[in-house]
Amino acid sequence: MERQQDYVLRTVEERGVRLVRLWFTDVLGQLKSFAISPAELETAFEEGMHFDGSAIDGFSRVQESDVLARPDPNSFEILPWADDDGTSARMFCDIDNLDGTPFEGDPRGVLRRGLDRAREVGGYSFFVAPEMEFFYFADNDPSRPPEPLDTGSYFDLTTADVAGDMRKRTIAMLESMGIPVEYSFHEDSPSQHEIDLRYTDGLSMADNVMTFRLVVREIAMEQGAYATFMPKPLAGVQGSGMHTHISLFEGDENAFHDPDDPYNLSDTGRAFIAGLLHHAPEITAVTNQLVNSYKRLIVGYEAPVYVSWARNNRSALVRVPVTKAGKASSTRIEYRAPDPACNPYLSFAVILAAGMAGIEKGYELPDESAANVFEMSDKERAAAGLRPLPQSLAEALDAMEGSEMVAEALGDHIFEWFLRNKRSEWADYKAHVSQFELSRYLPNW
Amino acid sequence: MEPLLLFPDPAPPELAQALDLGGYPWRPVGDESAVDRQEPPDGWAGAIVCADQNPEAAFAVCRAVRKRDVPLEPLLLLVSGAQLGDLELRDDLFDDFMLTPFHPRELEARLKHLFWRTGRGTRPELIEYGDLVLNLETYQAALSGKPIDLTYMEYELLKFLASHPGKVFTRETLLSRVWGYEYYGGARTVDVHIRRLRAKLGEEHAGLIQTVRSVGYSFGQSRWGI
Repeated sequence: MERQQDYVLRTVEERGVRLVRLWFTDVLGQLKSFAISPAELETAFEEGMHFDGSAIDGFSRVQESDVLARPDPNSFEILPWADDDGTSARMFCDIDNLDGTPFEGDPRGVLRRGLDRAREVGGYSFFVAPEMEFFYFADNDPSRPPEPLDTGSYFDLTTADVAGDMRKRTIAMLESMGIPVEYSFHEDSPSQHEIDLRYTDGLSMADNVMTFRLVVREIAMEQGAYATFMPKPLAGVQGSGMHTHISLFEGDENAFHDPDDPYNLSDTGRAFIAGLLHHAPEITAVTNQLVNSYKRLIVGYEAPVYVSWARNNRSALVRVPVTKAGKASSTRIEYRAPDPACNPYLSFAVILAAGMAGIEKGYELPDESAANVFEMSDKERAAAGLRPLPQSLAEALDAMEGSEMVAEALGDHIFEWFLRNKRSEWADYKAHVSQFELSRYLPNW
Repeated sequence: MEPLLLFPDPAPPELAQALDLGGYPWRPVGDESAVDRQEPPDGWAGAIVCADQNPEAAFAVCRAVRKRDVPLEPLLLLVSGAQLGDLELRDDLFDDFMLTPFHPRELEARLKHLFWRTGRGTRPELIEYGDLVLNLETYQAALSGKPIDLTYMEYELLKFLASHPGKVFTRETLLSRVWGYEYYGGARTVDVHIRRLRAKLGEEHAGLIQTVRSVGYSFGQSRWGI
């Protein structure tokens, strides 16, 4: 640890870093940052930086507001974009109480706890690879309908237009920050793009997702455009998902892989999927946290609606991608519900907790849904035991509120705060009269 | 470079020879009073004290160099096996120790380690491979003169690989030699870091690190064709 700090201190000196930005995340997944000068860095490592947490969403009550930000030297990275005041760097922080105990309102701490637990229980390490989808629009003015930059569709190789260029520059910047990209392409909807990140451990990936959203926005802004991770900004076309590929490793071994199984899935893999399916409705409020998220989770747009699993069927909630022969390490599962507006720390934490519950309690995996569940009738679905995912934020919150598994994974502090905050979002939404209602009802009623 | 302080005077021949071969300048001192008197204008680079012949005088020299306003370090102490007990409660007098008779390779390794740790290189320690330069003192890595911004673990991994060009390492070896402990993710972590490192090296240089199928990774080519 000391050598890591020393490394950071020397690098700051050698590279002439003028500002060190300390990053952390509020409960909803907004990136927060404050900057310190290099002279403060040693103190920051030794004692942490004091700040008033009551100003941050979900952090603390006013009477116990002060917390400590402790920079994680592992996450030190020089920022590749120019700052007006010279080179700057960033580090993600863990948040502690003043007495040095981990602060209960810190999402990074929640995920850390989950990862530690998986390691203690079964020696598992949790790896994820999200596919990030997003839209480019002309601007972020909510009073105007969003204006796509192109009319391309799935895998379209558009001409050297501005969106293609932004995507290319984004990837170059991500790679220079040590966030490797596996694929990128034009997605189905106009001006919708996808960038798939290469798998890494859960904590680094949650940090990467936070960095990713910033980099995508920075590059768009540089080109006079606006990038959004809003799950469903355009009606009538696909919304943005964050399909998350998941694997568990035991040392060097892929715990999900069994060469003798027809699906190449081990018992551990099956139990993990069973856990995810069993708890899916309870974790949906976390993986899909906006009122708008539920306008993506509807039939007809390749987003999951029913709790099911399958190999090649993209209507399923959990997909088991068929891997290349002999590639044991790539046996994995894909959870298709999350959207890119989620808090990645909390989302990965509840996904892991749901899967671990399946492993620890030995849940049975139901049969694969080979048929397209969208085309089945309600009766057929009921006969097949297929439950729907929550249809609205309110339903998702009800399911979450009744879940001990989620309460335990998030800790009481975040669990309660999250429910309260989201209930109030729902209450505001319910009281709102939308354009849809005006257009539909005003002329006739 | 400033010379190393050596006790006793004259220096044991095998010690003098090993230092000369290693390229370390040195100057012998006979007792503690000579420490300041014979000090070169730019100071001592460090000290090697042999305590196997005359332990009392040797420890007096150790004390003298340590109680200066700026204590002299690093200090390497040479003792015989029978003297190991004498080290007790004297931890502040030396930075590392070695048994006599010593092996010249061990001496070299210990000096290198000591100088690295105290950050006072005897010469700027560089690892160079083609366009790639790693400065071990400043922790900086550069490709064709342009700095590459690495995280600590990426730097350590590149340093380890680049100091053994051509050699193939398994993931387990890399994990134990570079990380030195069980990290989140075990051996899989190595793949992840290799990919990050390649991403930062850029397309042109990503090929410096080769994947050796079903074994592990290697860096560049051996300079000796083995």
